[in-house]
Amino acid sequence: MCAANTDLQQHLQQRYSAGFVTDIETDTLPAGLNETVIRQLSAKKQEPEYILNWRLQAFQRWCKMKPPAWAQVQHTPIDFQSIVYYSSPKSLADRPKSLDEVDPELLQTYEKLGIPLYEQEMLAGVAVDAIFDSVSVATTFKDTLAKAGVIFCPISEAIQQYPELIKAYLGRVVPPGDNFYAALNAAVFSDGSFVYVPEGVRCPLELSTYFRINAANTGQFERTLIIAEKGSYVSYLEGCTAPMRDENQLHAAVVELVALDDAEIKYSTVQNWYPGDEQGRGGIYNFVTKRGLCAGTRSKISWTQIETGSAITWKYPSVILRGDHAIGEFFSVAVTRNYQQADTGTKMIHVGKNTRSTILSKGISAGKSQNTYRGLVKLNPTATGARNYTQCDSLLIGDGCSANTFPYIEAGEYSGTVEHEATTSKIADEQLLYLQQRGLEPEQAVALVVNGFCKDVFEQLPMEFAVEANRLMQVSLEGCVG
Amino acid sequence: MLEIQSLAVSVANKTILEAIDITINAGEIHVLMGPNGVGKSTLTRALLGDTGYTIESGSLRLGGLDLLPLSIEQRAHQGLFVAFQHPVTIPGVSNLQFYKAMVNAHRQVQNLEPLDAIELLAQVKQAAKQSGLTEDFLYRGLNDGFSGGEKKRNELLQMLLLSPRIAVVDEIDSGLDVDALKIIGQGIRHLQQQGTGFLLITHYPHWLEYLTPDQVHILLAGRIVQSGGVELADQVANQGFQAFAA
Repeated sequence: MCAANTDLQQHLQQRYSAGFVTDIETDTLPAGLNETVIRQLSAKKQEPEYILNWRLQAFQRWCKMKPPAWAQVQHTPIDFQSIVYYSSPKSLADRPKSLDEVDPELLQTYEKLGIPLYEQEMLAGVAVDAIFDSVSVATTFKDTLAKAGVIFCPISEAIQQYPELIKAYLGRVVPPGDNFYAALNAAVFSDGSFVYVPEGVRCPLELSTYFRINAANTGQFERTLIIAEKGSYVSYLEGCTAPMRDENQLHAAVVELVALDDAEIKYSTVQNWYPGDEQGRGGIYNFVTKRGLCAGTRSKISWTQIETGSAITWKYPSVILRGDHAIGEFFSVAVTRNYQQADTGTKMIHVGKNTRSTILSKGISAGKSQNTYRGLVKLNPTATGARNYTQCDSLLIGDGCSANTFPYIEAGEYSGTVEHEATTSKIADEQLLYLQQRGLEPEQAVALVVNGFCKDVFEQLPMEFAVEANRLMQVSLEGCVG
Repeated sequence: MLEIQSLAVSVANKTILEAIDITINAGEIHVLMGPNGVGKSTLTRALLGDTGYTIESGSLRLGGLDLLPLSIEQRAHQGLFVAFQHPVTIPGVSNLQFYKAMVNAHRQVQNLEPLDAIELLAQVKQAAKQSGLTEDFLYRGLNDGFSGGEKKRNELLQMLLLSPRIAVVDEIDSGLDVDALKIIGQGIRHLQQQGTGFLLITHYPHWLEYLTPDQVHILLAGRIVQSGGVELADQVANQGFQAFAA
């Protein structure tokens, strides 16, 4: 069972209660959502008309939609008219001047996770000026990418600079009317990343360092679009093992990936938003729509996610396998503790011939939490020779938590193969006793067992990150034994 | 070094062991013998600190330090090692990763820096060789898919890595072939020469040709009915435990 007052939870709470003060005087629109708000928002961002119209159409659809009720999560209804949909980025003057002004307990967590100093400053929202390392790192990064012809910029910039790409691809994988939260995102998306990898280019860098440096204020309605042209490759890493601060409770992000012939996109996520306190108060509601389109022959999309944060996680990174011989993969570790609720999984939609998909999901529940795997494997009649392998494992810590597995299989095609395996296990007292006899503290013992449980997924993470992920698990499960 | 005095142990309010007296000095080998169900495993559990086993009376000291208030891992840090009859399996955690966690947990308590990877690997390879385990074992999951004999060799390997002050070895001889028995006998002798004191728990002394016990204790119905030299083991071998029944 999770002990109530761990250090981690305490400082998470402190940090959030000490969160940013919204800057009302300047660039903030009033709460609520209507056409006027969307027009103002778009005007503030100086967007071209096609985006404004796209937003307005999405808003019209959203007005007719209802929040989905099928997920295994409970929360009080969200009042969408009480949310502020646009506020300007914080000015440097409002931020802490140096790490000396930041909550020491927060810094301790960064230490535990081994976050480098300059990243600590970014994450803690310290006002970083142009002399700092981070900026020069970012500049070098940009140069290297530019030489390779890779476009990597905020999506707001791409809307201005690359309208032909945006028009061709925005909303193509996740249409604005796809679901309630996708429609909301399309209407009000704040910003996000845009990546374009030209034909035959292997992106020379993991798109991670740069992102982490620039991740401080991504906003609550993030929208990301990644396009991999024929024969290209890109690995993109979103998020950070460090707990992220945000004053907004509702997050509704959309991520769209498009892989053309022989292209490969590897998308890794570490999600560690504020999970709420030990009583289940507060915490981020994370309603995310992530989908990849394997449009081309032999294209490949892999999703890897480590989900430890948020009060509610509602997220199903999916792949539409349209090209023949396309490959879709989903590797997931979802950790819930206290009163966290996670309903997460994937959809693999097989359309092309001989398409293959692999699903490997590891759910870890502690405290009073609820952890649900929900996955759909669909074999269309056109998907001759398609194959899927699904493995869902759940690990329970203590007696107060629960784990569910909802695998949906729609197989219309006889020549396809769908395999599903599921296990649920508890960390056995005998395992802990054995490890303690070998000198490990109970928490170290739990962390070791959990890391073993997650190994197959961690191996999918970019190298440097796998180490951090291990530490993250240890920090996340602090106080969960005893 | 390890002093067990008038120890009484109960499980779920039922007394299992009474008046246990054993004193093991550095480099001594003690053998605790008894048929199944007399409380041998209960003694192991009580010594290592399993909270499911209640100490009703008596004392337990290691090098003069009272072990009873200490947790399982604290007792381990004091140099108490238990080789289990049925070691657990932990999938996904490689043996090497586990040894590293184990060795460094001990070093941390001693205020030593964690062992660097090269030094650790050197020590592990040496211990693996002494335990008759090939290197590929190091990268497999902890006891995952190991045969009974391999698991016990793995217990020996860990014991060699830690060089404990006292090792309680629970039925390590059961189900072992002659080669494995010999290797484990050699391993124990090696540690004995370095000063480790042993409590070997067994229902039959398979390994007497490899080891010479300093004392043999006969456990029947929760009590030590007789303690003496190696001749007691011979008596068990010839006449069974009935010879000791009152």
